[in-house]
Amino acid sequence: MDDQPPPFFERGPSPLARFTFFALLSIALLFADARLRYLEHIRQAVSVALFPLERAALAPGAALLRLAAFFTDQSRLIQENESLRLKSLELSSKAARVDALTAESAQLRRLLSASQRGELTLQLGEIVYAKRDPFTRRVVVDRGSQHGVTIGQAVIDESGLIGQVTRVLPLASEVTLVTDKNQAVPVQNLRTGARSVVFGVGRDDTLELRFMPVNADIQVGDKLVTSGIDGLYPAGFPVATVAAVDRSATNAFANIDCAPAAGVNRGSLVLLVLEKRTLPEKPRDEEPVTRPAKSKKKAP
Amino acid sequence: MNHPRIDKPTEILLPVNPLFVAGTLAVAFVLNLLPASGQLLLWRPDFVAVVLAYWLIHYPRRLGFLLPWLLGLAMDVAEGALFGQYALGYTALALMAALAHRRVLMFDILSQTIHVLVMLQVVKLIMLLVRMAEGAEFPGWLYFLGPVTAAMLWPLLSVTLVIPQKPKSDADHA
Repeated sequence: MDDQPPPFFERGPSPLARFTFFALLSIALLFADARLRYLEHIRQAVSVALFPLERAALAPGAALLRLAAFFTDQSRLIQENESLRLKSLELSSKAARVDALTAESAQLRRLLSASQRGELTLQLGEIVYAKRDPFTRRVVVDRGSQHGVTIGQAVIDESGLIGQVTRVLPLASEVTLVTDKNQAVPVQNLRTGARSVVFGVGRDDTLELRFMPVNADIQVGDKLVTSGIDGLYPAGFPVATVAAVDRSATNAFANIDCAPAAGVNRGSLVLLVLEKRTLPEKPRDEEPVTRPAKSKKKAP
Repeated sequence: MNHPRIDKPTEILLPVNPLFVAGTLAVAFVLNLLPASGQLLLWRPDFVAVVLAYWLIHYPRRLGFLLPWLLGLAMDVAEGALFGQYALGYTALALMAALAHRRVLMFDILSQTIHVLVMLQVVKLIMLLVRMAEGAEFPGWLYFLGPVTAAMLWPLLSVTLVIPQKPKSDADHA
């Protein structure tokens, strides 16, 4: 079938020509995606078409899990039920106190005419799978724009922040984990109140506190929580614990490694957090705009 | 396909069913979507690439370049990779297959596997270069482990994917 036809038959463009055409097309797409972010709509459309296939790929594993759950013995279920009930009792008593404290805090903030903390709405989601791209730390959650997920939402699990929604598809959304390379989270040290920014380094179980002077007051075991000053992550979610501090005098900054608080690559149930708050309008930075205008006026 | 060899008689195969080609590629695609994480992620072969390599090497003029390119785009979306990363890789695979298919099929299965391994590594290398141009860090040498497991599938594919084309038990020898 693929025997060489004599050269006088029309064979269309040569493989090299075809390759060049499609390679250039790919490179144009790469550029449009990486630099200009033009292609999100196409990506969304294709992702909807692929959704049934992705579900099909997940089905055997899910079925096995369900089968395993069916054969869980009753004594273990009873035990688990008991411990969960105890935990819920403990948490509800704590929650009652938190309600009182929230009311008190709101009142105090009113007295001080400080801005009110926004109300949090939580949405339960499940991590369907981790992205199979070895270059990034991302997971896919089964809640999308159809469920009201918006880009930039914080994602937490029971012990702290795990990441941020970075791409919303109609039926699912992609969450970039805090461990993704250069993913930054503004944090506050619970012990000292000092604010800083923690960065992912692209490795699991490690975060880095950058740009802290060598003599900064940081100790191993310090807890870092979201500071909330970015207007993106709600304040007060645990992010990491300082694991190692290296104050070598050769560097301008201390080398501070942290361990993420949440099970960033464990667990499957997550909460998508939406904070309703009205941020004060950004101060308009007119200075750099007006200056050139003035100089223009002077020119003629 | 199956250019006549001097030392070994080859049987004449039935023409390939386009639906079968599409079906195998679809199955490979779903296999690529299987959830994986951690160490498994490194070992995981790119099923689409190796099945695509099979059909491209056996029928280079049937598949052309458009189909590999579109499959690559679908993979880009499924993997959350950059748009065009897999597309570029699979297009390069199509070129290598178009240039080398006659030569590859003259060898025995083991040498074919080595040829395919080199092709798949080139695809992987192109994708690595794309990501590093975009600013990603080198993910370590284990990154090149996936094509090794993928190439190991080649002998299996060479035996199984040809089954539907075997002529029905011919009456002459019955």
